[in-house]
Amino acid sequence: MPTQKTVAVTGNVLVAEAFRQCAPDVVPAYPITPQTTIVEEFAKFVANGRVHTEYVTVESEHSAMSASVGASAAGARVMTATSSQGLALMWEELHIAAGMRLPIVMANANRALSAPINIHCDHSDIMGARDTGWLILFAETAQEAYDNTIMAVRIAEHHDVMLPVMSTLDGFITTHSIDRAEMMDDETVAAFVGSYVPENALLDTDHPVGHGNFAGLGGPYFEFKHSQRLAMERSRGVVKSVGAQWSKICGRPFGVVEGFGMEDAEVAIVVLGSTAGNARHVARGLRESGVKAGVLKIRCFRPFPYAEIAEALKGVKAVAVMDRSESFGAEGGPVFLEVRSALYDLEKRVPVVDYIYGLGGADVKTELIERVFTDLGEIANGAAAPAGLVYLGAR
Amino acid sequence: MSWDISGIDHWRADDFPRGAAIPDAGNSRDYVTGGWRSQRPVRDDAKCTQCLFCWIYCPDSAIAVGDEKVGAFNYDHCKGCGVCAKECPADAISMVPEGCELPEVG
Repeated sequence: MPTQKTVAVTGNVLVAEAFRQCAPDVVPAYPITPQTTIVEEFAKFVANGRVHTEYVTVESEHSAMSASVGASAAGARVMTATSSQGLALMWEELHIAAGMRLPIVMANANRALSAPINIHCDHSDIMGARDTGWLILFAETAQEAYDNTIMAVRIAEHHDVMLPVMSTLDGFITTHSIDRAEMMDDETVAAFVGSYVPENALLDTDHPVGHGNFAGLGGPYFEFKHSQRLAMERSRGVVKSVGAQWSKICGRPFGVVEGFGMEDAEVAIVVLGSTAGNARHVARGLRESGVKAGVLKIRCFRPFPYAEIAEALKGVKAVAVMDRSESFGAEGGPVFLEVRSALYDLEKRVPVVDYIYGLGGADVKTELIERVFTDLGEIANGAAAPAGLVYLGAR
Repeated sequence: MSWDISGIDHWRADDFPRGAAIPDAGNSRDYVTGGWRSQRPVRDDAKCTQCLFCWIYCPDSAIAVGDEKVGAFNYDHCKGCGVCAKECPADAISMVPEGCELPEVG
């Protein structure tokens, strides 16, 4: 019988608890703000014997992901965590982990990238990992970070997927704020994630295998990339089914996109992560005064839920996409580009405006969200959409 | 277990083992690497003393030995590194440019 207890903890502590409950064989990690307390808490669990994990202290994030790749190829369940510059330093290994089809699970505390130096929340780091072949989940709250991390293990290790998964939470806002959450009992999580049975383990000496092989000079590199694409496509169903199974156990909903007021919304904001709460708060107020405002939160960014987004937004008169990262020189931020592309096949054109917001932890006040809905209301009534993207709240 | 790769040139994405793993051991002999060679070793059996230094030094096991005597070079795997020619104490191995028998230029 699943038993949950209500806890008041930071997102990072809850993610560390999720790690412990998933009982990874190996955790190679390097600390970086604002991820540090995840690996710090987890190190305490190891030191106190509450989890039997080989905890590898490495000298950089490059080594953390390299050790993760090696341990995963050896047949271990591997988890790690990073943030910002650390994720950037892992960049080449991220591709290797995905290409070798290693089901590593990594938490990322979403944070700005230098320069100038900044340790606060935005999505620049994670968007840099967008095309590395990892599945990417976004959490709005500590609760979602916990649930996503547990689901990530099942999704990554699913036979039809076998791809690494990132479970992300917003730096400081979610990693360090104390939040109320429900934590599942250890036995239920252990039964849910099950034990990992690797299929080509280097340490299985009765069945010798080679990993990290060459496929160039006319070799099947192209076919291997195609197989990654096919696995990522198959993961769409797996994410939903694992989400539904966890949802049934814990009683909390899960959707690759989650809507608020989308049934009849005329104006809607598309958003990732912690800002979804602010957006819903403003939308709720507007709905009380008769504005048909909606919020569409993307919880699974890779694979990108283009069909679900098109379905949710098809009847909306004006859409704002909130991008907490830049793609300098592109027509808009990464989320905007994909959302607008998802809407391309709709029969009726939906105007979409891109708002770059909250870079480097710039405050996302409710007045800013109200301004977005005001803009959308004018566009819905026939005003021209702003040319180009809008730097929301910039001086 | 013997990994059957006979149809590999026609395999599609999902026919390959996941992540480019090779699910078998001892199959590097099937990977012909001799094409990398720009020079081939040629032995003068009149000079060879059967010391087997070339066999010991060859980094690719490309020199066959039978009945305690050196046999043929395995040109499927010899990459033409020249270590055997360098180490031969009897100077019995020379490196010949591959694919072009160049005339001596006076």
